[in-house]
Amino acid sequence: MKAMALLLDHTRCIGCRGCQVACKQWNGLPAEKTRFFGDQGYQNPKDLTDRTWTLITYHEIMTNGTLRWVFAKRQCMHCKTPSCVSACPVGAMYKTPEGPVLYDNNKCMGCRYCMLACPFQIPKFEWSKALPEIRKCTLCHDRIVNGMKPCCAAACPTGAIHFGEREEMIRTAERRIGKSPGRYDARIYGKEEVGGTSVLHLSPVPFEEVGFRTDLGNTPPSFYTERMMRLVPGVVIGLTLFLGGAYLFSRRIEKVRAMEEENKERHDEK
Amino acid sequence: MKNNSVRTNTFSWVSLPLLFFGAGVIAYRMKQGLGASTHLSDTFPWGLWISVDVLCGVALAAGAFTVAAAVYIFNLKPYRPILRPAILTGFLGYLLVIVALFIDIGRPFRIWHPLILWNPNSVMFEVAWCVILYSTVLAMEFAPIVLERFGLKRLLRILDAVTIPLVIAGVILSTLHQSSLGSLYLIVPSKLHPLWYSRMVPLFFFVSALAGGLCVLIIEGTVSQRVFHHHVDIHVLRGLARAAVVVLILYGAMKISDLMFRGGLSRLAMDREGIFFGMEIMIGIVLPLLLYALPGIRETRQGLFAFACLGVTGLILNRINVSLIGMAGSSGTSYFPSWMEFAITATLILAGVALFRWAARSLPVFEKQA
Repeated sequence: MKAMALLLDHTRCIGCRGCQVACKQWNGLPAEKTRFFGDQGYQNPKDLTDRTWTLITYHEIMTNGTLRWVFAKRQCMHCKTPSCVSACPVGAMYKTPEGPVLYDNNKCMGCRYCMLACPFQIPKFEWSKALPEIRKCTLCHDRIVNGMKPCCAAACPTGAIHFGEREEMIRTAERRIGKSPGRYDARIYGKEEVGGTSVLHLSPVPFEEVGFRTDLGNTPPSFYTERMMRLVPGVVIGLTLFLGGAYLFSRRIEKVRAMEEENKERHDEK
Repeated sequence: MKNNSVRTNTFSWVSLPLLFFGAGVIAYRMKQGLGASTHLSDTFPWGLWISVDVLCGVALAAGAFTVAAAVYIFNLKPYRPILRPAILTGFLGYLLVIVALFIDIGRPFRIWHPLILWNPNSVMFEVAWCVILYSTVLAMEFAPIVLERFGLKRLLRILDAVTIPLVIAGVILSTLHQSSLGSLYLIVPSKLHPLWYSRMVPLFFFVSALAGGLCVLIIEGTVSQRVFHHHVDIHVLRGLARAAVVVLILYGAMKISDLMFRGGLSRLAMDREGIFFGMEIMIGIVLPLLLYALPGIRETRQGLFAFACLGVTGLILNRINVSLIGMAGSSGTSYFPSWMEFAITATLILAGVALFRWAARSLPVFEKQA
């Protein structure tokens, strides 16, 4: 299977949250105690959590003097070069060839470095449990390897969630922006961000206005750590040579000094 | 002598109930989980324990490898009297770091997983192996003190034969460990405030740990004189301070030039990050260097003690800044540790002090002056 991707067209989203419900059903995620107006208008719940893997965020935005709803879908971005995968010391996070970034709960020791490393703040922790795991969207890997769409894409009534090969999704996104440029912000969020992701977003307004970070750059964060990791063998060899040499050198000095003193004593005796 | 035993009793009477209480809090954390015991959250997953118990703990234990290298590799004999207390401090420090990690990670009983599950791309993998290997090295460097106490000559001879390779391994592992704790933060360019995010962070962690470790040795030398009547020559303390000064000047110059080179100076404002950054530089670098310039400070034990306390405070501030203050802005939440987090951190520090006292009194830590 080729690398797949989700295309989320926020201009087509009506905020019904069918995808949120479908995600909970397919993945057997329990409900949360929620309340309206807890955060931004009708958004519910407030954030992604260990039991809410996708979330429609609600934004009231003024454009040309009129107030309008803009919705955006939050979930794991399934990066092409995922920080969490690079960061995990025990390899519990892994990238599949189909696109999804998955988690092996048998390996994880709960260090939470994946949470720190993720530029999108996606991996969530089961804080309420004594033996917690990391939870997050799987891009319905179990469904897509069986030829089905992710359940959020299957549930969406307006065609705002589109699933297919990543290359095809990028072409579709470019076509839509090209056809009606006034309808879209020019950016395909996820095409290049942090090295590209398997979830692509289209927005009717600039992405900052719906809470996306546009300052992440196109370099995967793991580039910086992995570059440092490659220095380790050199440091080990260099330090071994230096310290070994320094030891031999200072021992030699000690010997020479002892010999000199001996000579001096002998000289004095004469 | 009577005075001494009274003091011992007071310490025990005060510390034992506190340690028992702390053990109770740790038990609560183990049973109820991190959500019930800490103020950590999905947006702020690393808190006080990582910041103080682990990052500061490891950095402050750096004196052990510095003195070991000075004595065994560079043959600087005057530092021999402080070698054993330094090794003891390092060993206890690493033990407590392991305990802190055990308490902090979500699955404590999988703490050994990095032994068999490898991801060599991960800085955390390097950190884990450094902790494992350097703790082993420290245990082997500390073992002769115990073996001597029980007169186990044959084992002593074996350890004696591997001293030099052990010390070299210790220096390499420490270099890697100190710097890798900084490397951990290379993966958060979009989260760590630009005053602290730099490609140089691994080097900064290493160099500042060198200075901080030396300062800890000065403090130890001063305190053990009072508490254990172990005389440390003032020349030794001065030598340590001189080394710390050289490292601090280097560290300060690197920090400032890095900030200028990255254009970070413009990010220095009177906001929370700016104030904490200023405190770190002032308390940890500028003030100790200024004080050291005064003869009344660098010639006296009290002066050197004050110098060292500032150095250590600066180091702690830096680690708190990188891991807590610098990470707060981007998280969108505010984190302040829960009382249980403070209690457990305090318990571990108290346990360290108590173990040091106990070891110093029952093992030949200070005896071998030759």
